[in-house]
Amino acid sequence: MSGFDVSVILDALPFLAKGLGLSLGLTAIAMVGGLALGLIIAIARLSRFRTLGTLAALYVNGFRAVPLILVIFWFYFLVPLLLGRPVGALYSVLIAFVMFEAAYYSEIIRAGMKSVRPGQWQAAQASGMTYLQAIRLVVLPQALRKMAPLMVTQGVVLFQDTSLVYVVSLHDFMTSASIVANTQNRIVELYVFAALVYFALCTAGSTLAQRLSSNRQRAH
Amino acid sequence: MNYAWNWGVLVQPPYLEWLGQGIAMTLAVSIAAGIIALSLGTLIGIFHSSTSGAMRLVTGSYINLFRNVPLLLQMFLWFFVVPELLPKAAGTWLKRELPNPEIITAIVALGLFTASRIAVQVAAGIAAVPGGQSMAARASGLSTVQAYRLVLLPQAFRIVVPPLTSEFLTIFKNSSIALTIGVYELTARTQQIQSFTYQGFEAFTAATVVYMVIALTVTTLMTVIERRVAIPGQSARV
Repeated sequence: MSGFDVSVILDALPFLAKGLGLSLGLTAIAMVGGLALGLIIAIARLSRFRTLGTLAALYVNGFRAVPLILVIFWFYFLVPLLLGRPVGALYSVLIAFVMFEAAYYSEIIRAGMKSVRPGQWQAAQASGMTYLQAIRLVVLPQALRKMAPLMVTQGVVLFQDTSLVYVVSLHDFMTSASIVANTQNRIVELYVFAALVYFALCTAGSTLAQRLSSNRQRAH
Repeated sequence: MNYAWNWGVLVQPPYLEWLGQGIAMTLAVSIAAGIIALSLGTLIGIFHSSTSGAMRLVTGSYINLFRNVPLLLQMFLWFFVVPELLPKAAGTWLKRELPNPEIITAIVALGLFTASRIAVQVAAGIAAVPGGQSMAARASGLSTVQAYRLVLLPQAFRIVVPPLTSEFLTIFKNSSIALTIGVYELTARTQQIQSFTYQGFEAFTAATVVYMVIALTVTTLMTVIERRVAIPGQSARV
């Protein structure tokens, strides 16, 4: 190879930045959607209604048993068929990510809720709160402190996982880097640069998670 | 939903054969990568638990490096970039003469990636062994190696069986990423059936069932191991 050519990266920066925007946007939407759906699933799993709990467990274990790529393929072909019209890869992938992440986030939320001492539940109910009020006002605020570092860690994993949209040719950061690498025939430069960017962003996320978790330990 | 189901496609030649080959490839890549990951991860985990600052820096760097870059990109780096950076003869050998370079690359990449995750678990397991054990081992005249081999590791491994189970499950799932460098494992085969027959959902269903069976088998196996090796009177699960 003939030296490390930085100019090819500089020329492609706007294109790469757009790709990074999609990766980050996808991460944000999947995180918010996954947390919301995950919360509902976690509450269903902890509920007194056995059927609801079993359904939620099936959902979680089902999604956790299969690779994300397969889930992406499923939704890529399923969503347009269900809607009866083509919707573009982005929407299919968004739904796939939200549903997939919900399975993982629900486990984090469930563990967090279970870690709240039973006396808190009982006290909430004794003060006349309904089940959902007890969860919203007493259990979740306490569980949140425990869950925060794990949520951030899962967010870092999720950000890395967005690179898998490569398989349906969405132009995220990874795919954009790959496109430039192949069209400019500068494979080494582009992939090394992509690795550095992912490394820097994920390290920042991991450091945040560590800080959150050591803050919590100090508070106790 | 307007879709003509045709489950028969799954047993038609050559699609049944493709599925079988895909399953075999998924198992082969995952198990080979798992062996690399377990041995290397254990080694790194042990060194990461050492008191030497330099040692912890080296192992910590390995762990951070491999955990903070997406596996897909790591596969690309091993497959496309490393041969370019090596001396010319070695690079040419990797690209031209190594048989099935994509499969070997996938195994190595998946193995090294998972090793970083297992190292974290093993180090945490060693840290979870009560400190008195290590002191007692040293006091009875065991060397450092003996203390690890006879006292610390046997207890640490029992502690990390549950987290290791989830790492092993992840290996099988992550092996699907090998399709991006051209390994025809299970997910790639279903995608191939989809593009040949337009009966994708039958193939995806078959693959989903296979992955679930793999997950169930691994979980059952690990539970059996956990129960077999449990020290009577000492519960591994806290």
